[in-house]
Amino acid sequence: MGRPMRVINKIRSLRFAADEMTQAELADRVKVTRQTIIAIEQGRYSPSLEMAFQIAKVFRVPLDEVFQYPDEDA
Amino acid sequence: MSFEEKCTWIGTIVSTLILGIYFYYIVGQLQRLPVAEIAYQWPMIMTIGAMIVASIVGTILVSIGTAVSAKINGSGPLKEIDRKDERDININRQGELAGYYTLSAGILGVIALAMLRFDQFWIANALYLALIVGGLVALVAKLIAYRRGF
Repeated sequence: MGRPMRVINKIRSLRFAADEMTQAELADRVKVTRQTIIAIEQGRYSPSLEMAFQIAKVFRVPLDEVFQYPDEDA
Repeated sequence: MSFEEKCTWIGTIVSTLILGIYFYYIVGQLQRLPVAEIAYQWPMIMTIGAMIVASIVGTILVSIGTAVSAKINGSGPLKEIDRKDERDININRQGELAGYYTLSAGILGVIALAMLRFDQFWIANALYLALIVGGLVALVAKLIAYRRGF
Protein backbone atom coordinates (compact mmCIF):
# COMPACT_ATOMS: atom_id res chain seq x y z
CA MET A 1 0.00 0.00 0.00
CA GLY A 2 1.44 3.36 -1.02
CA ARG A 3 1.99 6.32 1.27
CA PRO A 4 -1.03 8.66 1.32
CA MET A 5 -0.42 11.74 -0.79
CA ARG A 6 -0.35 15.13 0.83
CA VAL A 7 -2.97 17.73 0.27
CA ILE A 8 -1.76 20.39 -2.14
CA ASN A 9 -3.05 23.96 -2.24
CA LYS A 10 -3.20 27.13 -4.30
CA ILE A 11 -3.14 29.59 -1.42
CA ARG A 12 -0.13 31.46 -2.78
CA SER A 13 -1.72 32.16 -6.16
CA LEU A 14 -5.07 32.96 -4.54
CA ARG A 15 -3.36 35.50 -2.29
CA PHE A 16 -1.79 37.23 -5.28
CA ALA A 17 -5.12 37.23 -7.07
CA ALA A 18 -6.72 38.83 -4.00
CA ASP A 19 -4.88 42.16 -4.24
CA GLU A 20 -1.59 40.57 -3.23
CA MET A 21 -2.88 39.69 0.22
CA THR A 22 0.03 39.09 2.58
CA GLN A 23 0.50 35.93 4.62
CA ALA A 24 0.05 38.05 7.76
CA GLU A 25 -3.30 39.40 6.51
CA LEU A 26 -4.55 35.90 5.70
CA ALA A 27 -3.32 34.66 9.09
CA ASP A 28 -5.24 37.48 10.81
CA ARG A 29 -8.43 36.68 8.90
CA VAL A 30 -8.23 32.98 9.78
CA LYS A 31 -6.97 33.66 13.34
CA VAL A 32 -3.84 31.56 13.02
CA THR A 33 -0.14 32.40 13.11
CA ARG A 34 1.69 33.57 9.98
CA GLN A 35 3.99 30.57 10.44
CA THR A 36 1.00 28.26 10.03
CA ILE A 37 0.06 29.91 6.73
CA ILE A 38 3.71 29.56 5.60
CA ALA A 39 3.73 25.88 6.65
CA ILE A 40 0.48 25.20 4.74
CA GLU A 41 1.72 26.98 1.60
CA GLN A 42 4.95 24.99 1.70
CA GLY A 43 3.06 21.71 2.19
CA ARG A 44 4.55 21.17 5.64
CA TYR A 45 1.17 21.19 7.37
CA SER A 46 -2.24 19.92 6.32
CA PRO A 47 -4.87 22.08 8.03
CA SER A 48 -8.00 20.78 9.71
CA LEU A 49 -11.19 20.72 7.66
CA GLU A 50 -12.45 23.71 9.65
CA MET A 51 -9.36 25.81 8.93
CA ALA A 52 -9.46 24.75 5.27
CA PHE A 53 -13.06 26.01 5.02
CA GLN A 54 -12.10 29.28 6.75
CA ILE A 55 -9.29 29.84 4.23
CA ALA A 56 -11.63 29.12 1.30
CA LYS A 57 -14.17 31.52 2.81
CA VAL A 58 -11.58 34.33 2.93
CA PHE A 59 -11.00 33.93 -0.84
CA ARG A 60 -14.73 33.37 -1.49
CA VAL A 61 -14.09 30.22 -3.49
CA PRO A 62 -15.16 26.59 -3.00
CA LEU A 63 -12.90 24.43 -0.87
CA ASP A 64 -11.60 22.37 -3.81
CA GLU A 65 -10.34 25.51 -5.52
CA VAL A 66 -7.97 26.03 -2.60
CA PHE A 67 -7.08 22.47 -1.66
CA GLN A 68 -6.70 19.45 -3.90
CA TYR A 69 -6.04 15.84 -3.15
CA PRO A 70 -4.51 14.48 -6.36
CA ASP A 71 -5.08 10.91 -7.54
CA GLU A 72 -2.13 8.58 -7.01
CA ASP A 73 -1.75 7.88 -10.75
CA ALA A 74 -2.18 11.55 -11.70
CA MET B 1 9.17 31.81 14.24
CA SER B 2 5.94 31.62 16.24
CA PHE B 3 5.76 32.52 19.92
CA GLU B 4 5.14 28.86 20.84
CA GLU B 5 8.21 27.75 18.87
CA LYS B 6 10.37 30.37 20.60
CA CYS B 7 9.16 29.12 24.00
CA THR B 8 9.96 25.54 22.91
CA TRP B 9 13.51 26.63 22.04
CA ILE B 10 13.87 28.31 25.45
CA GLY B 11 12.70 25.12 27.21
CA THR B 12 15.11 22.97 25.19
CA ILE B 13 18.11 25.20 25.86
CA VAL B 14 17.30 25.56 29.59
CA SER B 15 16.71 21.79 30.07
CA THR B 16 19.91 20.85 28.21
CA LEU B 17 22.02 23.34 30.16
CA ILE B 18 20.64 22.33 33.55
CA LEU B 19 20.84 18.61 32.79
CA GLY B 20 24.47 19.14 31.72
CA ILE B 21 25.38 21.14 34.84
CA TYR B 22 23.76 18.64 37.23
CA PHE B 23 25.27 15.52 35.70
CA TYR B 24 28.68 17.19 35.32
CA TYR B 25 28.57 17.79 39.09
CA ILE B 26 27.33 14.26 39.86
CA VAL B 27 29.88 12.52 37.64
CA GLY B 28 32.62 14.59 39.33
CA GLN B 29 31.38 13.45 42.75
CA LEU B 30 31.14 9.83 41.59
CA GLN B 31 34.85 9.81 40.79
CA ARG B 32 35.76 10.99 44.29
CA LEU B 33 33.20 9.60 46.73
CA PRO B 34 31.32 6.38 47.41
CA VAL B 35 27.71 6.58 46.14
CA ALA B 36 26.19 6.61 49.64
CA GLU B 37 28.17 9.77 50.56
CA ILE B 38 27.22 11.88 47.54
CA ALA B 39 24.98 14.76 48.56
CA TYR B 40 22.84 14.84 45.44
CA GLN B 41 19.60 15.97 47.11
CA TRP B 42 20.13 19.73 47.23
CA PRO B 43 21.76 20.01 43.79
CA MET B 44 18.82 18.04 42.38
CA ILE B 45 16.23 20.23 44.10
CA MET B 46 18.12 23.39 43.08
CA THR B 47 18.37 22.36 39.42
CA ILE B 48 14.63 21.52 39.34
CA GLY B 49 13.90 24.94 40.86
CA ALA B 50 16.35 26.64 38.48
CA MET B 51 14.70 24.95 35.52
CA ILE B 52 11.25 26.21 36.53
CA VAL B 53 12.51 29.75 37.20
CA ALA B 54 14.64 29.87 34.01
CA SER B 55 11.70 28.68 31.88
CA ILE B 56 9.40 31.34 33.36
CA VAL B 57 12.01 34.11 32.99
CA GLY B 58 12.85 32.90 29.46
CA THR B 59 9.18 32.99 28.45
CA ILE B 60 8.80 36.51 29.88
CA LEU B 61 11.92 37.68 28.00
CA VAL B 62 10.66 36.08 24.76
CA SER B 63 7.30 37.86 25.25
CA ILE B 64 9.01 41.21 25.78
CA GLY B 65 11.41 40.64 22.86
CA THR B 66 8.58 39.58 20.53
CA ALA B 67 6.45 42.58 21.58
CA VAL B 68 9.33 45.02 21.06
CA SER B 69 10.26 43.54 17.68
CA ALA B 70 6.57 43.53 16.59
CA LYS B 71 6.29 47.20 17.58
CA ILE B 72 9.48 48.15 15.72
CA ASN B 73 8.66 46.13 12.58
CA GLY B 74 4.94 46.94 12.75
CA SER B 75 4.15 43.24 12.28
CA GLY B 76 0.62 43.16 13.63
CA PRO B 77 -1.30 44.02 16.78
CA LEU B 78 0.52 43.29 20.03
CA LYS B 79 -2.39 41.27 21.41
CA GLU B 80 -1.89 38.71 18.66
CA ILE B 81 1.82 38.02 18.98
CA ASP B 82 1.30 35.11 21.35
CA ARG B 83 -1.45 33.59 19.20
CA LYS B 84 -1.66 29.80 19.47
CA ASP B 85 -3.45 27.89 16.74
CA GLU B 86 -4.38 24.30 15.87
CA ARG B 87 -0.92 23.62 14.41
CA ASP B 88 0.71 24.60 17.72
CA ILE B 89 -1.78 22.37 19.58
CA ASN B 90 -1.15 19.41 17.23
CA ILE B 91 2.62 19.82 17.45
CA ASN B 92 2.40 20.08 21.23
CA ARG B 93 0.28 16.92 21.39
CA GLN B 94 2.68 14.97 19.16
CA GLY B 95 5.74 16.14 21.11
CA GLU B 96 4.20 15.34 24.49
CA LEU B 97 3.35 11.83 23.25
CA ALA B 98 6.99 11.22 22.29
CA GLY B 99 8.04 12.53 25.71
CA TYR B 100 5.49 10.29 27.44
CA TYR B 101 6.86 7.15 25.75
CA THR B 102 10.42 8.13 26.69
CA LEU B 103 9.44 8.83 30.29
CA SER B 104 7.54 5.51 30.47
CA ALA B 105 10.61 3.60 29.26
CA GLY B 106 12.73 5.45 31.82
CA ILE B 107 10.30 4.63 34.63
CA LEU B 108 10.44 0.93 33.69
CA GLY B 109 14.23 1.19 34.09
CA VAL B 110 13.78 2.80 37.52
CA ILE B 111 11.39 0.00 38.57
CA ALA B 112 14.05 -2.51 37.52
CA LEU B 113 16.67 -0.66 39.61
CA ALA B 114 14.34 -0.72 42.63
CA MET B 115 13.63 -4.45 42.18
CA LEU B 116 17.36 -5.14 42.02
CA ARG B 117 17.76 -3.15 45.27
CA PHE B 118 20.11 -0.53 43.87
CA ASP B 119 21.11 2.33 46.17
CA GLN B 120 18.55 5.12 46.40
CA PHE B 121 21.15 7.42 44.80
CA TRP B 122 20.81 5.46 41.54
CA ILE B 123 17.01 5.27 41.78
CA ALA B 124 16.62 9.01 42.42
CA ASN B 125 19.06 9.96 39.67
CA ALA B 126 17.60 7.52 37.14
CA LEU B 127 14.15 8.96 37.88
CA TYR B 128 15.48 12.50 37.50
CA LEU B 129 17.21 11.55 34.24
CA ALA B 130 14.01 9.92 32.92
CA LEU B 131 12.02 13.04 33.82
CA ILE B 132 14.42 15.49 32.18
CA VAL B 133 15.16 13.32 29.13
CA GLY B 134 11.40 12.70 28.66
CA GLY B 135 10.86 16.47 28.72
CA LEU B 136 13.75 17.05 26.32
CA VAL B 137 12.50 14.42 23.87
CA ALA B 138 9.09 16.14 23.90
CA LEU B 139 10.69 19.53 23.23
CA VAL B 140 12.99 18.24 20.47
CA ALA B 141 10.10 16.36 18.82
CA LYS B 142 8.13 19.63 18.81
CA LEU B 143 11.06 21.54 17.28
CA ILE B 144 11.45 18.88 14.55
CA ALA B 145 7.70 19.12 13.83
CA TYR B 146 7.92 22.92 13.67
CA ARG B 147 10.92 22.80 11.31
CA ARG B 148 10.08 19.83 9.08
CA GLY B 149 6.29 19.69 9.32
CA PHE B 150 4.26 16.60 10.04
